[in-house]
Amino acid sequence: MIAETGHYALVLALALALIQSTIPVLGARWRDPALMNIARSTALAQLVFVAASFAALVTLHVTSDFSVVNVFENSHSLKPLIYKITGVWGNHEGSMLLWVSILALFGGLVAAFGNNLPLSLRAHVLAVQAWIASAFYLFILITSNPFLRIANPPIEGRDLNPVLQDIGLAVHPPMLYLGYVGFSISFSFAVAALIEGRIDAAWARWVRPWTLVAWIFLTLGIAMGSYWAYYELGWGGWWFWDPVENASLMPWLAGTALLHSAVVMEKRNALKVWTILLAILTFSLSLLGTFLVRSGVLTSVHAFATDPTRGVFILLILCIFIGGSLTLYAWRASALKQGGLFAPISREGALVLNNLFLTTACATVFIGTLYPLALEVLTGDKISVGAPFFNLTFAPLFIPLLIAVPFGPLLAWKRGDLLGAAQRLIAAGVAALIGIAAVWAWTLGGSTFAPLAIGLAIFVIAGALTDLAERTGLFRLPLAIALRRARGLPRSSWGTVFAHAGVGVALIGIVCETTWNTEYIGAMRPNDVATVAGYQLKLDGVMQRQGPNYREMVAQFSVLLHGQLLDTMTPSKRNFTTRGSSTTEAALLNRGASQLYISLGDTAADGSIAVRIYHKPMVLLIWLGPVLMAFGGMLSLSDRRLRIGAPKLAKAARGLQAAE
Amino acid sequence: MKKVFVCVFAIAAMAVSSAGYAVQPDEIMVDPAMELRARDLSRELRCMVCQNQSIDDSEAPLARDLRLLVRERIAAGDSDAQVIDFLVARYGEFVLLKPRFKSHTLLLWLLPPLALAGGGFALWTYSRRRWDRGSDAAPAVLTEDEKARLAALISTEAPAEKS
Repeated sequence: MIAETGHYALVLALALALIQSTIPVLGARWRDPALMNIARSTALAQLVFVAASFAALVTLHVTSDFSVVNVFENSHSLKPLIYKITGVWGNHEGSMLLWVSILALFGGLVAAFGNNLPLSLRAHVLAVQAWIASAFYLFILITSNPFLRIANPPIEGRDLNPVLQDIGLAVHPPMLYLGYVGFSISFSFAVAALIEGRIDAAWARWVRPWTLVAWIFLTLGIAMGSYWAYYELGWGGWWFWDPVENASLMPWLAGTALLHSAVVMEKRNALKVWTILLAILTFSLSLLGTFLVRSGVLTSVHAFATDPTRGVFILLILCIFIGGSLTLYAWRASALKQGGLFAPISREGALVLNNLFLTTACATVFIGTLYPLALEVLTGDKISVGAPFFNLTFAPLFIPLLIAVPFGPLLAWKRGDLLGAAQRLIAAGVAALIGIAAVWAWTLGGSTFAPLAIGLAIFVIAGALTDLAERTGLFRLPLAIALRRARGLPRSSWGTVFAHAGVGVALIGIVCETTWNTEYIGAMRPNDVATVAGYQLKLDGVMQRQGPNYREMVAQFSVLLHGQLLDTMTPSKRNFTTRGSSTTEAALLNRGASQLYISLGDTAADGSIAVRIYHKPMVLLIWLGPVLMAFGGMLSLSDRRLRIGAPKLAKAARGLQAAE
Repeated sequence: MKKVFVCVFAIAAMAVSSAGYAVQPDEIMVDPAMELRARDLSRELRCMVCQNQSIDDSEAPLARDLRLLVRERIAAGDSDAQVIDFLVARYGEFVLLKPRFKSHTLLLWLLPPLALAGGGFALWTYSRRRWDRGSDAAPAVLTEDEKARLAALISTEAPAEKS
């Protein structure tokens, strides 16, 4: 009964979405407020029905109803409750249901909090949202229905893939989807603006918080996924330039560019046409990511060809939305009036430079990910494009971008003074040089690239702090006044400082981890001692343990530094009987921002166990950086002008001028 | 992240092979310099049965065979380039994670620099044209009346911090 209710709720949501995609548009055309307002009610009702459908699937998983195919294939009655819940989106059908649930959530939020939007803009935005929603409801109902029953229900389920039985699954996909799908709002706003043929600074102010929300979640989602892979997969890698990762990186790069160009549009009313294009591209890349990971085209072009139903369906959605929106763009963009002028050396100019590098980086990931597929389809040649290619092409793009980052906030709008900005950055430059010299002296004879990269990171961090010092008048004015000015500083300025510093922090982590990572691989027997980066790790013993749905072999290590016992570490290897597969549970020990990392391999016939131990210096900074960036985003989101919201209609004329 | 992602997204896909790990203790070469070369080479070579994994990361049996092969060639005195050539001759270019610069990868290698240069050039010409036109159209100097109003505004209002 629950499965059927969930299924039916989804069908009703589709019906509501179809109404929402048509009636409000007609209402806007006929200037009928009643018809336009339908969008609001349908969006909220849609949210209710999709939530009901999602809740139904969760209930089925929690109660282990194995008469439902989806539950049977991905659950097990002995699985801990948390994984019964997270298992809902640990599979294709469930994750698509999560996708549309989040889409409905965003639609509902626009409906609920979009009261200060012009009526016709809100109607159009929600209608575009409903177009996307209808397409994906159809996709789920036709090709990926999670509520299908089995005629003869089995007594036990097949269990969830053990790699996914981790807290990471509870956090990573929902965050990632909140990011992916969140960009649909920017997309809907862009398409609505094109349909209406009207766009102004107020539009940018409405779009910016939504873009920020999506960007914050995507940033955290990617970082979270990276950390999950790092500890779960057992070889200490944190980024693999895998097509699936690239699929999430592309919208992030485009979304970051969008955030910055939306600033120009909001403050200076310039770059309108470009911002619209970026909004379309960002969500298109989210859709492309969905296609890449959902269609199976990545596993191999042939796997895609053998069962093309899902792939072709998503490809169709992709073509309609990307093609349609770009056609609309080509047709209507010229109608949008160009805004404010600016000199090449100005805050706007710096933000344009940022956009140039970020979109080029995005194009690089795009071509590196899709080129092998295209080449194989066209010529049959098989080539691989992997980490070495991306590392080689990314560094030349990011080095100039990072050098430019501290200059941007120090330049004035419209016409900036590069020399003045450079003078104010002298202290940051000196800090970077000292950093380079110190690191170089410390690691004499080592890598020459690493100290330079760390110098660059210090420059970015110090540059962000310089911006802060300049704005508050620190060192120029008395401390009390500087502090008062710091409190009065708009939160979005604080946001910029944190986000930019976060980039530098992440860079330090990346450089330290890749350059000075030490590794020990060996077969160890109890009481053997391995020495890694000055730490002695003694294998105390190995024991067997029974978990809820697995058996595990746990090894205990004592960690000693200069003969002193620091701590014990217990890496393990779990065997999941139902699926007959095993996972490595690495043990991590934090030492400041550095980590010791142990993972276990196979046991040899002579009783020794293969052990891999790493010392990863500053590795935690890799994820602290994105957390700082996301925190900066949240500060920016809580800025007064966004909290209060866009000016109300009655004050619109004044409000627009006060948009500075 | 690869395997986690793959499992989250494409459940149908992939052998969820036992998560053991890549380089095994018994594979390591005696000479640390040679071992280092072997590791560096391994990172450039693809495990051909895996999804975009290097043989250094992969625990597949084929990857192990390739790792041993690389070490064998190094021990036999091959240079890095010779090892790579040997593997390409045997397994085709698919084995290289960084494709060679050839006619069929021309676009792959040239597109990023071309995109940057093209984008930069387009921006430069566009902004120059707009700036020139804009400064022509705008009145070059303020009238006396405007100057007076400006002076009045400046004197009455304290300079505001621009965000």
